[in-house]
Amino acid sequence: MAISKLDQRITGVSKPAYWQEMMRRYDGEAAEHYFLVAEDDGGALLGFVIGEIRAWEFGSPPAGWVFAINVDPETRLGGIGTRLFDEVCARFRTAGVRSVRTMVDRRDHLILSFFRSQGMMAGPSLQLEMEIPS
Amino acid sequence: MKLQKATRFGIYALLELARDPSQQLSASDIARRYAISTNHLAKVMRELGRAGLVEAERGVGGGYRFVANAKRVTLWDVVSLFESLYGETAEPGQDTETGQALGMVLGEMGEIAEATLRSITIDTMLRMRPRTRAADAA
Repeated sequence: MAISKLDQRITGVSKPAYWQEMMRRYDGEAAEHYFLVAEDDGGALLGFVIGEIRAWEFGSPPAGWVFAINVDPETRLGGIGTRLFDEVCARFRTAGVRSVRTMVDRRDHLILSFFRSQGMMAGPSLQLEMEIPS
Repeated sequence: MKLQKATRFGIYALLELARDPSQQLSASDIARRYAISTNHLAKVMRELGRAGLVEAERGVGGGYRFVANAKRVTLWDVVSLFESLYGETAEPGQDTETGQALGMVLGEMGEIAEATLRSITIDTMLRMRPRTRAADAA
């Protein structure tokens, strides 16, 4: 699957079963799920974005979540990521949602810079975690 | 959070110059716009020059030009020229249990600040300013 191969090129980790499941869950008919792809004229995959609308998570009004966006490294800085992001935001807006969120590893400066360049700033929530004591 | 004066002046100058990379501005031009010390800014400009972010053109009509890639240079690159977010000297009591716990908290704060500064490029800052103006006008 092209999606899985592109992800493996970027992350170095092969996880086809995960992507099969994502396709099943997000490429269906559910109105609040969005799985958008960008292709060249020949149908080759250039990038993709996955998002969904989550309502009342942590007490927050419905918000759009972008939890995966990948662009072929050879076409970076060509505006494909921006077009994918704009499109998923347009779908969120059409669905009546007024804010978009994501969560990024703070050491992943490349993807953090991308979201910043789209105008995203730190949101009101802070993510916390710990190892569960054995 | 507060940045040192030199860092703040460096960010001001880079944003002024990067807005139009073909333009040349002197340290006094920039200092006047921000009502800051020309002498202090001149020292900052030399540091930005040594880092390869700006180039100085001498003579009549000379000044500084932005010569880096605005989509690659981040606020962290500028901050790192002038200051460190992390303590570089030993602090009294840092090896005690309480000192180590405090060090963990301060380290977490530093890492979050570093991630923020590393993720914001000069280009993003330039596009953030009109958004700020629009918010002010609304």
